[in-house]
Amino acid sequence: MAVLLNRRTRVIVQGLTGKIGSFHADDMKRYGTNVVGGVTPGKGGQVHQGIPVFNTVRGAVRETGAEASIVFVPPPFAADSIMEAAEAGLKLCVCITDGIPSQDMMRVKRYMRRFRYEDRMRLVGPNCAGVITPGQALMGIMPGNIYLPGRVGIVGRSGTLGYEAASQMKALGIGVSTSVGIGGDPINGSSFKDILKLFEDDPDTDAVVMIGEIGGPQEAEAAEWARHNMRKPLIAYIAGLSAPKGKRMGHAGAIISAFGESAQEKVEILRDAGVTIVPTPAAFGPTVAGVLEQQKKAA
Amino acid sequence: MDIHEYQAKELLARYSVQIPRGGLAYSPEQATYRASEIGGGKWVVKAQIHSGARGKAGGIRICTTDNEVSDAAESMLGRKLVTHQTGPKGKLVSRLYVEETVDIRQELYLGIVLDRKSERVMIVASASGGMEIEEIAEKQPDSIIRAIVDPGAGMQQFQAREIAFGLGLDNSLIGKAVDTLLGCYRVFRDFDASMLEINPLVITKDGNLIALDAKMSFDENALFRRAEISELRDKSQEDPRETFASDRGLSYVGLEGNIGCIINGAGLAMATMDMIKIAGGEPANFLDIGGGASPERVAKAFRAVLADKNIETILVNIFAGINRCDWVAEGVIKAIREVGVNVPLVVRLAGTNVEEGRRILAESGEKVIVADTLAEAAEKSVEAMRAYSKSKKN
Repeated sequence: MAVLLNRRTRVIVQGLTGKIGSFHADDMKRYGTNVVGGVTPGKGGQVHQGIPVFNTVRGAVRETGAEASIVFVPPPFAADSIMEAAEAGLKLCVCITDGIPSQDMMRVKRYMRRFRYEDRMRLVGPNCAGVITPGQALMGIMPGNIYLPGRVGIVGRSGTLGYEAASQMKALGIGVSTSVGIGGDPINGSSFKDILKLFEDDPDTDAVVMIGEIGGPQEAEAAEWARHNMRKPLIAYIAGLSAPKGKRMGHAGAIISAFGESAQEKVEILRDAGVTIVPTPAAFGPTVAGVLEQQKKAA
Repeated sequence: MDIHEYQAKELLARYSVQIPRGGLAYSPEQATYRASEIGGGKWVVKAQIHSGARGKAGGIRICTTDNEVSDAAESMLGRKLVTHQTGPKGKLVSRLYVEETVDIRQELYLGIVLDRKSERVMIVASASGGMEIEEIAEKQPDSIIRAIVDPGAGMQQFQAREIAFGLGLDNSLIGKAVDTLLGCYRVFRDFDASMLEINPLVITKDGNLIALDAKMSFDENALFRRAEISELRDKSQEDPRETFASDRGLSYVGLEGNIGCIINGAGLAMATMDMIKIAGGEPANFLDIGGGASPERVAKAFRAVLADKNIETILVNIFAGINRCDWVAEGVIKAIREVGVNVPLVVRLAGTNVEEGRRILAESGEKVIVADTLAEAAEKSVEAMRAYSKSKKN
């Protein structure tokens, strides 16, 4: 089923009746996502764009059997919405909201530790493009038409750079099992390593493309994990070769503040762990094609 | 968002962190008045700019007479101070902080940061203060003490005690150190700080613990609930290009090159800049116009990029998802006509309705160099920049 999401996954939209929530809920439904409800406190009982609205996540889960939620709630209230989703027993929460304070995310992650690991909701994001399993379902804001269904997993911090990779692959006839945007914030729900683990265990994924950037320890952590645990080929690109130290490049997390956080250092660490490096952002397609070709020969 | 030393000290003092007596001055006359107010016979005049390493750049002067205070103030005010953190253009000094001096027995280091590995607040301390933390980490790595704070419970007394004893402080100072550490943590927490650094935190000869310097930055995502901090913003300390853009909701970082970039998405923006570099050019800026590339945003982006006088070519790279390329193309044409672009312009569109978008650009009659791929966009930009640069010289 690829990872995290398929056509049967029952999805609710937190912040459904807002402008952004409405727009993307519609887009997701059109793509084939099984959207079963929405949550906007105070609007429970209404039907919005053909979707039943609930006051609380718990209520929505009770009535619809929802397993996953996507959050379009504004930044001051988004952390609260994520915790509400975790408490209601959802398995997956994708948070699109950009601009959540770091201390709020710290609290969210602390709160989620009250659940046993097996019962704990998987959070993807915030500040991400979402998750798509091409040809099946979309929980996010990406344009569905640029992804070809297939067997290569994508995990990345950036939205549009992920589109660039997917469309370069599509141009060469290479499809995607699932694409996961983990977001550009310093504290996020799922790390590269978390998603790599899912892809490694997924029978529908043959290889993985990881799109990282400057700042933070997650790429190095993923490299270390992959070196010892990953049997599938891992292909990586790191954005920010030209970024100066100490300057924040758009994403709250994209700032070089310690050793091992520059693009060059990350590339070195990944290469050393046996990861295939995409040399330029124009080479996603050919690099992935080359790795798949080698894999076929070896088999 | 950064604030000045004197502002950080005012916040710290409210949380019972001890600071030297001092006062703010905007003129040499005010500076000498502040010195007489403080009393004594020795003062330090400190340039208030958003940068560390001011001492080596001449931004911190010890004075023993009124005349020296006045001269020091005269020499700093209205000038740009260049430190190794400000970049070659330096930062304007328009405020001074005049402080009493203290007799130092030992200099300590205290920092509070957001640790991305543990995803919690981390306290960092060292008995080797006075030098930068990178230098301490290199020369005295064993002297660094770290403590991670549980966001549910907050920093505990025992953690502060462990740090204080770990720094090798006298028993007589432990109580004061605990108060200082907990005070610093609470300031950090209560105002949504992203960084707090007291370097040095000094033990004085008369047995006090005093924050001699203070640096603070704040989480911009939390400013909506920290109005008091928002008011401390000093635009004179920012790159004017960045201020112009951020006031218009654009994410912009000024760099030293000459190819202006207008891109949607932070990752794609960084990747495009990398591609320019690989093609032999230098990007003039990072600019993310965000997901919704509306014509108004595109026009604002052109204004922001063109405010930089070094620009010799502009590269627009938009991957249209929800917004269709035809709409983005119309926005680009509208921006060119409204803003007026007299340097070469390279446009690469990708995503939904790309053919229609390219047709609109081609039929507009405007001089637009169209590129199909990211690689082509970077190469054509560097080519156009070189040709333009050459023609300008002739």
